[in-house]
Amino acid sequence: MSESTPDGITVLVTGVSRYLAARLAARLVADPAVERVIGLDPAAPSAEVEPYLTGVELYESELRTADLIRLFARNEVDVVAHLAISTAPDPNRGGRAAMKEANVIGTMRLLAACQQVPRLRKLVVRSSTAAYGASFRDPAVFTEGTEPRDLPRGGFARDVLDVEDYVRGFGRRRKDVRATVLRFAPFIGQQTDTRLSRYFTMPLVPTVLGRDPRLQFVHADDALEVLHRSVVEDHPGTYNVAGRGVLTLNQAIRRAGRLAVPVLEPGLSGVAAVAKQWRVLDFSLDQLDLFVHGRVVDTEALVKEFGFEPRSTAEAFDEFVRAHDAGPMSGSRLRFAEKLILERIRQARASLGGDDD
Amino acid sequence: MTEVPEPRKPDVWDERVAGFLSAVRQRLTGDYEVDEFGFDKHLTDNVFLPALKPLYKTWFRTEVTGVENLPTEGGALVVANHSGTVAIDAVMLAVAVREETERYLRLLGADLVFRMPGLSELARKSGATLACAPDAERLMRTGHLIGVFPEGFKGVGKPFSERYRLQRFGRGGFVSAALRTGVPIIPVSIVGAEEAYPMIGNVPSLARLLGLPYFPITPTFPWLGPLGLVPLPSKWLIEFGKPIETASIEGDADDPMVIFNLADQVRETIQQTLYELLERRPDPFS
Repeated sequence: MSESTPDGITVLVTGVSRYLAARLAARLVADPAVERVIGLDPAAPSAEVEPYLTGVELYESELRTADLIRLFARNEVDVVAHLAISTAPDPNRGGRAAMKEANVIGTMRLLAACQQVPRLRKLVVRSSTAAYGASFRDPAVFTEGTEPRDLPRGGFARDVLDVEDYVRGFGRRRKDVRATVLRFAPFIGQQTDTRLSRYFTMPLVPTVLGRDPRLQFVHADDALEVLHRSVVEDHPGTYNVAGRGVLTLNQAIRRAGRLAVPVLEPGLSGVAAVAKQWRVLDFSLDQLDLFVHGRVVDTEALVKEFGFEPRSTAEAFDEFVRAHDAGPMSGSRLRFAEKLILERIRQARASLGGDDD
Repeated sequence: MTEVPEPRKPDVWDERVAGFLSAVRQRLTGDYEVDEFGFDKHLTDNVFLPALKPLYKTWFRTEVTGVENLPTEGGALVVANHSGTVAIDAVMLAVAVREETERYLRLLGADLVFRMPGLSELARKSGATLACAPDAERLMRTGHLIGVFPEGFKGVGKPFSERYRLQRFGRGGFVSAALRTGVPIIPVSIVGAEEAYPMIGNVPSLARLLGLPYFPITPTFPWLGPLGLVPLPSKWLIEFGKPIETASIEGDADDPMVIFNLADQVRETIQQTLYELLERRPDPFS
């Protein structure tokens, strides 16, 4: 192994074949405070993610308790960063049933194994602001203490609530392990190819008629910074991670230079189902609720505890727009049109000679 | 080459055209700010307020007194009577605050408003949010003026025969929110809304069918169809009362005795002022 500081820590990162976890692993490898990074994922890393995993000890395995116990016995793990939480069912990997299995049962097994590791000091868990749900009866801004009024409709949101429940239970049994739960707003950034980025780069973007939900994003790089700090520093507790401020859906679509096409709310679930069938768009029920009612969280606790403020929602989104090709209604084109119209009007008025008013 | 307007004298129309075009471009490119509650200042100042001003000034001939009672900065809770079948008094109160001061009134609305498409979008963009303790306290803590109508649907949905008689004030949630944040309560009395849409009947079965708290019958609605939505041109008076300080009684925010006493005090003040305003305006359509 490479040289490291004598008291360097060993970190286990789950879900490491996916973008966010892989990039976290890469950052931890580069951190002198970290001696070893162990990556765990049932699937082999894709070509896109592979370059991030140099220096990471990879284990291709499901989150099975027996395997995990063996892994913990062989390696002296200090910190577990649990990022193997899927946000959407993958039709090639077993769909919703497999997603729930991985998210909920996987977390249960991981925590069961963690409980038997006396050395373990820290647990960092990726959660989501989807845990708050989205409805018209909710307060405008969610703080970490806000309980969701209704059980969220979507699978992912329910998984997240279950995962957080297990983490709380684990915390009661292992009071010596510091648990950090990070509720992330949807990620956006230059590189990430997510459903969200695909949505905002459609030529015509479907929205809900008569609704302009408030949205928040977090830049993927800032999310990584928070994850990294949670691993190497001590920040126990639950934190919302989002960019300050909001963009409304229509505002975001306009900034991306696209055109919104409002769809009637009663037919929304049907339209979503058809879009899914045609593989145009794949949105789950909780995301539909988000696009009707919006969701904004308070990040005061994060900024205070971590001494770090993610770039604002608007900045993160504008960076994403700059990294992708501008749509037909881009800012520069509209500015040009504005100048042109103003010139035309001035010319017309000058030629009429009627400058007295 | 054609002549471009020369700088010798300011060209008013050129400025107006340029200003309008730049505002349109800002809208189309999403180049405006929306706060965490969804308040869109750009849209409110450029579209909503100009659209409502004729109704406020010419149609209702609104007269406002006691504006000096509104603090020029910091949070405050504006409490008003609610009437007039549709909550047009809330909208006019917000216009009054913006017209008479430099501030915006952030209204707290019933969840019915936020359930409905269209209306929910307009409400959020004009600065309103859901009437719940977390939102109210957050706005007051960050120094906003908020507007509440504790009578709720009991106020707007009461028959014309009970006009200007204040209804019950609910559980006094607004009082405890003010106590917790220590902001002053400003009682406001609004006269004129009752005659704008006088509710002379109610069809409960239709209301149930539509999921509404009541289905109003007015002298013009639904008989004249969409024309029945035009309010009658009543004369409006709005009076802002003396602020009631709550900072000194902070800490008792959960004591029901304190809450009910304070709520009653606010209610009495509004009711008394309503009677005084009505004496000043003997003819509702003067």
